Amino acid sequence: MRTWIEKQKHLIDFTLASLMRRKAKNLGLLFIYTLLVFVLASAALYTHALRQEAQKALAGSPEIVLQRLIAGRHDLIPPGYIEKIGRIRGVQKIEGRLWGYYYDSVVKANYTFMAPRDMQIERGEIIVGPALERSRGLAAGNGISFRAYTGELFTFIVADVLPQSSELVSADLVLMNEEDFRAFFKIPPGYYNDIALSVANPQEVRNVAIKLLTALPDSRPILRDEVLRTYASIFDWREGIMLTLLAAAILAFGIFAWEKAAGLSAEEKREIGILKAIGWETGDVIKMKFWEGLLISLTAFLVGYLAAYLHVFYFSASLFEPVLKGWAVLYPRFTLPPHIDGLQVATLFFFTVVPYTAAVLTPIWRAATTDPDTVMRA
Amino acid sequence: MRVVFVRPANFALLLLAAALAAFLLSFADAARLRLARATASAAAAALVTQLKLTDPVLFTEARYTRHLSQADLQSAFQDHPVAFEHFPSGSLVIPPAGVIAPYENLDRKAKAPD
Amino acid sequence: MIELVGIRKAFNQGQHNETWALSGIDLTIPAHRVTALKGPSGSGKTTLLTILGCLARPTAGRVRLKGEDISGLPERFLTEIRRQTFGFIFQQFNLVRGLSAIENVILPAYPTGRPRKALLEKAEALLADVNLAHRRNARVEWLSGGEQQRVAICRALINDPEILIADEPTANLDSQLAKEFLAILEKLADAGRTIILTSHDPLVVEAALVDRLVTLRDGRIVETVDKPERRIRRAAS
Repeated sequence: MRTWIEKQKHLIDFTLASLMRRKAKNLGLLFIYTLLVFVLASAALYTHALRQEAQKALAGSPEIVLQRLIAGRHDLIPPGYIEKIGRIRGVQKIEGRLWGYYYDSVVKANYTFMAPRDMQIERGEIIVGPALERSRGLAAGNGISFRAYTGELFTFIVADVLPQSSELVSADLVLMNEEDFRAFFKIPPGYYNDIALSVANPQEVRNVAIKLLTALPDSRPILRDEVLRTYASIFDWREGIMLTLLAAAILAFGIFAWEKAAGLSAEEKREIGILKAIGWETGDVIKMKFWEGLLISLTAFLVGYLAAYLHVFYFSASLFEPVLKGWAVLYPRFTLPPHIDGLQVATLFFFTVVPYTAAVLTPIWRAATTDPDTVMRA
Repeated sequence: MRVVFVRPANFALLLLAAALAAFLLSFADAARLRLARATASAAAAALVTQLKLTDPVLFTEARYTRHLSQADLQSAFQDHPVAFEHFPSGSLVIPPAGVIAPYENLDRKAKAPD
Repeated sequence: MIELVGIRKAFNQGQHNETWALSGIDLTIPAHRVTALKGPSGSGKTTLLTILGCLARPTAGRVRLKGEDISGLPERFLTEIRRQTFGFIFQQFNLVRGLSAIENVILPAYPTGRPRKALLEKAEALLADVNLAHRRNARVEWLSGGEQQRVAICRALINDPEILIADEPTANLDSQLAKEFLAILEKLADAGRTIILTSHDPLVVEAALVDRLVTLRDGRIVETVDKPERRIRRAAS
């Protein structure tokens, strides 16, 4: 056993000496490889953790949200609509929601205005989300004016700012009193934006939705399951887009690595010939090259992954911010709890280590099996 | 003149072992951070239940991307053709076909007309 | 020590450019003696050397090493035997560029898994024997021709082989260095190693250290001369 370990160490000694001979090229290769793993791992870790967080946060959404459509377009819920639903078995609560968008030309952003039922807000007061605190400098006690779509100017005093820890779902919210809301958007009493329903039994949700459709043919039920699943695939999409953009870089690296590993120079062929002549077996040459592939790819994987972990969970993926934010002016600031998908990490490991090691070994096969006497005839 | 203090193989294997240890440690650290940051997640979840929210605030470039699950698909050109909301992400976020299929009978198109 | 019976070696067999480098060699290499192979280029010297040193297999015939038939052995065993029994000094030295002298010397011992410390100590001793200890860490491409050859000699000795094989050892050396090389070789021969060399250099072929001179021509042995001078000299001293 000790002999075996010592022999592997000898092979590693030789491999390292070989690599050091072209220090710049090999260090460059290692650096780029590590960088590639870093970007890929960052994308994978970030998207996966974000997906888990979003799912957890939205677990308490209403099971069904009912919208009303006129000529295929969204319309307000009129008075009496809710009563038409009647008594459907399994529905525990039916509540109209009041919310809408407001475009703030000062920061060129859309806010979500809401009149919550379960929160007590005085007339003339608003509770704002943390992003507004940042972008408009709002704090408790400040005043702010909004110009309604009728041209009228409304002024509000900020009563409170929503907690920073809830930013993922609350960053752009402006919560106000119901009467203020109706006055601002000119929505008459009895009209609602949509209806939120809670259903106790998850198996019953789809049946309830079908019953709703039967009772109200012009409605559009949106199920929470649907929402969660769509968000899961959106995150897959965004990750996919990022990877597609990276594809050019990955391809370039692949070509570089292949050229480096698969092209055996005359010098390297001669060297292998010498090794065989002085007593190395074919197997020894192959093992030595295997160590070369493994050392480089394993180092790239471990260092790249660690850097990605720190980048995503300690530095909030700040390098990705421009890509993820897009043109959004109000981007929530949140620290992601690390949810790591072991399968993703294992896949990354596999695709980092195996192809590169194979690329290093493949050209060696031929050279390693040459007869040892070829060196004599050179 | 090269003077080697440490055997190259030992040095390389040591570095690799250290990296591997750090790698494994990162999983333990992830578990620790999960616990530490759990209260923040709870705050968000509580607000969702209280206000009956349906979407995270991740895509605020345009109105129709803000509440993806509630989107009225005609909103892209609502104000005027070069409105600020005209942003490519809307074209990237159509629900996949696999989600539509189980909900066919909620979609009027699936039912035969009377 | 080594017995060759009916050795024939062909290259590109079955193709239009088929050549027979050796056409029937019967040869015995005595142990603890210096055997020189002499002949013009194309006579098959180098080919014979590769077969003697287990670097290549004959197309026909048997090779016996210390009484054991090794012609049919698989590569693994052959390589191990070669590593333990033979040390090679090539005409072009064939040192690995980019490595230091001492690293080159210990290279043939890597597959054995012997501890590095022991190998380095042995290499130091070998280099000291040829007065090269002060150049142990120098890159081999910075060494002079004579120094490189001495490194090659040390490399050939790292596994403590019984048989040393040198192919045209003085071809790249001037007379002074050639004489120095022969002196080193004589020391090794006196210590009991079996030595086989090929050369067409009269300095080597007529040197006093040669015990047996084998002349080759067109793939056949034309003459074998046993020279008793060294044996007598040693017996006398």
